[in-house]
Amino acid sequence: MNLELHCKAMKNFSFSTATMTLIAIVMLTSSCREKLSASRSKDSVDYNLHIRPILSDRCFKCHGPDANQRKAHLRLDTQEGALAALKDDPEGHAIVPGDPEHSEVYLRLISTDTAELMPPVKSNLKINEQEIALIKKWIAQGAKYKPHWAFIPPHKTAVPEVDDAEWPKNEIDNFILARLESNGIEPNETADPARLLKRVSFDITGLPPTLAMQDKFLEDNSPEAYAKVVDELLAQPQYGEKMAAYWMDVARYADSHGYQDDGLRTMWPWRDWVIHAFNANYPYDQFITWQLAGDLLPNPTKEQLLATGFNRNHKITQEGGVIDEEYRIEYVTDRTNTFGKAFLALTFECAKCHDHKYDPILQKDYYSTFSFFNQVPEKGLVGDITLASLADPPNMKITTADVEKILTFINKKDTATVPVMIMADKSDKRPTYLLKRGVYDAPGDRVYVGLPKAILPFDSVRYGNNRLGLAHWLTDKNNPLTARVFVNRMWQEFFGRGLVKTSGDFGMQGEMPSHPELLDWLALDFMDHGWDIKRLIKQFVTSATYKQSSVVSEKKLAVDPENILLARSSRVKMSAEVIRDLALASSGLLVKEIGGPSVKPYQPKGIWESSTSGRGVLARYVQDHGDKLYRRGLYCFIKRTVPPPSMLVMDGSNRDQCEVKRMRTNTPLQALVLLNDPVVLESSRVFAERLAQKNSTIEEKTIEAFRSIVARAPKPEELKVLLTYYEEEKKGFDQSPEKAREFIAVGEYPQTEIKDVASVAALMQVVHTIFNLEESITKV
Amino acid sequence: MENEFIKQRFHVTRRHFLGKMSLGLGSVALGSLLIPDLFKSGADEGAMLAGLPHFAPKAKRIIYLFQNGAPSQLESFDYKPLLNKMAGQDLPASIRMGQRLTGMTSGQASFPLVGSHFSFKQYGQSGAWVSEIFPNMAKIVDDVCFIKTMHTEAINHDPALTFMQSGAQQGNRPSMGAWLSYGLGSENKNLPAFCVLLSRGRGNGQGVYSKLWTNGFLDSIHQGVQFSSSEERVLYLKDPQGRDRNGTRKMLDNLAELNAMNYQEFGDPETQTRIQQYEMAYRMQTAVPELSDLTQEPDHIIKMYGADCLVPGTYASNCLLARKLSESGVRFVQLYHQGWDQHGNMVGEMPLQAEDVDRSTAALVMDLKQRGLLDETLVIWGGEFGRTNYCQGKLSKENYGRDHHPRAYTIWMAGGGVKPGLVYGETDEFGYNIVRDPVHVNDFHATVLHLMGLNHEQLTYKHLGRRYRLTDVAGKVVSGILA
Repeated sequence: MNLELHCKAMKNFSFSTATMTLIAIVMLTSSCREKLSASRSKDSVDYNLHIRPILSDRCFKCHGPDANQRKAHLRLDTQEGALAALKDDPEGHAIVPGDPEHSEVYLRLISTDTAELMPPVKSNLKINEQEIALIKKWIAQGAKYKPHWAFIPPHKTAVPEVDDAEWPKNEIDNFILARLESNGIEPNETADPARLLKRVSFDITGLPPTLAMQDKFLEDNSPEAYAKVVDELLAQPQYGEKMAAYWMDVARYADSHGYQDDGLRTMWPWRDWVIHAFNANYPYDQFITWQLAGDLLPNPTKEQLLATGFNRNHKITQEGGVIDEEYRIEYVTDRTNTFGKAFLALTFECAKCHDHKYDPILQKDYYSTFSFFNQVPEKGLVGDITLASLADPPNMKITTADVEKILTFINKKDTATVPVMIMADKSDKRPTYLLKRGVYDAPGDRVYVGLPKAILPFDSVRYGNNRLGLAHWLTDKNNPLTARVFVNRMWQEFFGRGLVKTSGDFGMQGEMPSHPELLDWLALDFMDHGWDIKRLIKQFVTSATYKQSSVVSEKKLAVDPENILLARSSRVKMSAEVIRDLALASSGLLVKEIGGPSVKPYQPKGIWESSTSGRGVLARYVQDHGDKLYRRGLYCFIKRTVPPPSMLVMDGSNRDQCEVKRMRTNTPLQALVLLNDPVVLESSRVFAERLAQKNSTIEEKTIEAFRSIVARAPKPEELKVLLTYYEEEKKGFDQSPEKAREFIAVGEYPQTEIKDVASVAALMQVVHTIFNLEESITKV
Repeated sequence: MENEFIKQRFHVTRRHFLGKMSLGLGSVALGSLLIPDLFKSGADEGAMLAGLPHFAPKAKRIIYLFQNGAPSQLESFDYKPLLNKMAGQDLPASIRMGQRLTGMTSGQASFPLVGSHFSFKQYGQSGAWVSEIFPNMAKIVDDVCFIKTMHTEAINHDPALTFMQSGAQQGNRPSMGAWLSYGLGSENKNLPAFCVLLSRGRGNGQGVYSKLWTNGFLDSIHQGVQFSSSEERVLYLKDPQGRDRNGTRKMLDNLAELNAMNYQEFGDPETQTRIQQYEMAYRMQTAVPELSDLTQEPDHIIKMYGADCLVPGTYASNCLLARKLSESGVRFVQLYHQGWDQHGNMVGEMPLQAEDVDRSTAALVMDLKQRGLLDETLVIWGGEFGRTNYCQGKLSKENYGRDHHPRAYTIWMAGGGVKPGLVYGETDEFGYNIVRDPVHVNDFHATVLHLMGLNHEQLTYKHLGRRYRLTDVAGKVVSGILA
């Protein structure tokens, strides 16, 4: 719950009470973002910080970059446009710097004549009094425009000085602390070691720390203890899995083609490559170059070809009777949109049908970018489901020999050859046309490869006029977006919120960075150190900022409910995959095998069957058995039209399109999954059986379960609740042993020989309760 | 003072909210204001919803009986005797006017017209034409508003279905039910606002996809909750074997106590929300099985819907369940009945499909009416596009098939502020083009939202810099069908 919500709520509920305080809080909240974002001088109105967000959101749709929709020939997104004489009234000007009373913009905002008023009534948009006051002040101060921050290359600033020189552990902390000090807020103390270990372990590997790791870390009082743990975690192959899980959302990875009939595809070797690439710590520029253009590198290796599967992960139709070209265009569109969002955090898709309403991306630019991806020798419909293509051409076939010699990171289970879709360019160039209104059969002017020049001009001689040129442009150190976007996304994954909160939109409608100088510093530092991802992560997790406790004082909750200033660590609910992994890992069920074909674990009956057309091998869900039931979440089979339901409930991605940030909700259905999903129940059962076999007291068993799951020792009062609960449950199960037997019958994992069924069932109930604790599924 | 206030505020508003939720209808607007954010942490690019509904709603709830695969308008409600007269003759180019064809018929050398194998009659005061295979629907025509002039842009199932349900052919946009859940919230604190029921007919079927009931970029609380025909009606609803209701109650009590300790330590409001969500889950566990037990319905109701309504997973059973859910305040109940894709064997399959849905559909409308609920419940019946007036494949004396036709098709609505006994719009004699009052999919969405008290241009959600609407950038309310 955030403060704004409460203010909204209060507005409705109790105007009569505490009105003064309410107003104080509402004002605090409405100015919160602005205040927290403003790092510089207090009185000067800044275009980027204060004005552009208002103009962009409320004015640019009609007075912005899209020339076709522009009203009254007026554009307000450029200084030139805003200061020019008005078309209808050559004497008048939209903005007269220093003179709001003669600026038509201001006069229209305060007009009482609804015919004059801006934004027009029928737009349903409003600019409030505070915003009008800001605009007035900005005009009075000279109406200075500034280029959009994200399109200017990152600028290196000196690491700020701070009063408390003891606190910072690295440069990140200087930037964070300087802001905190200027706001008069102190950072939290360091988290206790157990919770810190839990946090860093989940963040780097997506798994809880083992008891051995916990013991070792808690006993090691040396100053290097933490750094040592970080290095160990980064060296574990589970690091690659954790990172891959994120990248699979970006790459819209799935195990089926999507669309109607939704047949099987075999892209999992590409996923194995992603895990490998992260574990081998490929520099980010190489990582993305291979994915975008591995096939166009000189004498590409099989590995480089495989990496290009990134651009074939989009949905592909198998619906008989579709119009081939309509869908081929759809695939190129998907690649273009994904390129914009995944690497540049820009909403390219908005320029498909018309010039972008907010950002400097013309429709022509869109199709110029589209042109890079329009050269694939592919069809919109290779065949319907009866053809059952696992990998529409172009593709490569991975043989056992490949896996033995070159692609050793692929977990191929048998001798069968695995086809994987990859990228290729036609030998003769396919001409690309601007598509009017974005419609596949309405070609307009021919366009040639290019990119929006506001980002970085594309020189095809210098970069090359194909996808490899595109990759060179993207990884050019002068590209203002690439490094910032990635660094920000990683920040989001480790700190719970991006420095730019809208991690998918760095355009005019996106939010301003909370710490612009830090973002720039990190982006430059990242590039200067060879786009080294592990190094970046180490910087994050060894900072004092990261290591703070996540206790929320009432004062901090009031002043900074979203934790923008980072005077504490954020408590963040774990992802769908990680919650599954927690249950399996802590109970000892997890099979730590890396890669391979996706697996089909337990799933409620009939879900695929009730939705299918009945055609294709995926019409029925054939559950796996044995080890395959206990693989990590990222290996769970994703059928796009019917994704795993427990994952969807837990805010997992349906892999329909590129996604860079998951939602985090808190719903009753999530409670039902944790209460009744057989994965959690079976983990509880197996854990209880294991504990029962140990020669230890019930207290020791409970502590062991608690530590394995929550990653800290229970407090005496917590232990007391659990032990009392155990005794009650034991008594109940003693009285009805048949219930106990039913309860521990869950799951296919072989049962150990159990002497005292009631105590195992009672213990299982206790373990299951621990799994359901809010702290268990939260990164604290 | 301020701190204390903030501390109190949390508890007050929460309690207040939950209290209001239970009041039901009267607090719709209030619930709606809060729901979008209540379940959310770290608020996203959410829009500020204010003053919902935008005006007094005609309908409070919707039951959408989606006929998946596209039932032929020419064998159901759009009577075109000319096609029988001209059977076997080619579709005139002057009528086709360059309409694009699917890959299934684009290779055909000729496009022989074919009339309905089934006879038509006029019914009721309105004199609406209904084919003989829908004898029960024929009885409710005076409660129904037929729209003969629906038209869409998509020509294949997947994009057309997605368009009907989410307002966009491609992309991960929220579906209608999710929009309504977002805009209006739930009337029942123990049930989801958006429920989905699936059934399958005996005709050529096309699958459905969970993206049809997706929340898209809205919070996952707005996702459609699929009800299954199995004993466990909602996924993960059943207590595990060996743990009864009491056992779960005890577990939740212990859990709440432990979570409260954690709240004491961290002070994170999310912990409190989590405790509340477990309570809501617990209530759902009781409410859903009670509600979906159809065996307690009186005999006359069972008779109305037909004996099939006691077989879980049938369309008839889903209709009866839909009434119960709707009656209990579920905002949007979405049915999908599969099997309407008659590319061939129209004569064999169409009557079977009709038989599956005819009786229970009519029963649902009559049942709502007798309970006084039809006025506030909007019932919608129809598919994703129409079917061609010419034959796909071989035209024989005995049988024929029809391909996809996006230019004109028929759906109907009943109750919820729609003019009863109306036939709206008209197609040409060939049943191919619209001659009067076209209704685009965007118009349909705008109208449905309007009936629910929502202005389709104002129900927006800002996501990645853009304000999205169910109607995208188009749509006009079809005022001609409003009561």
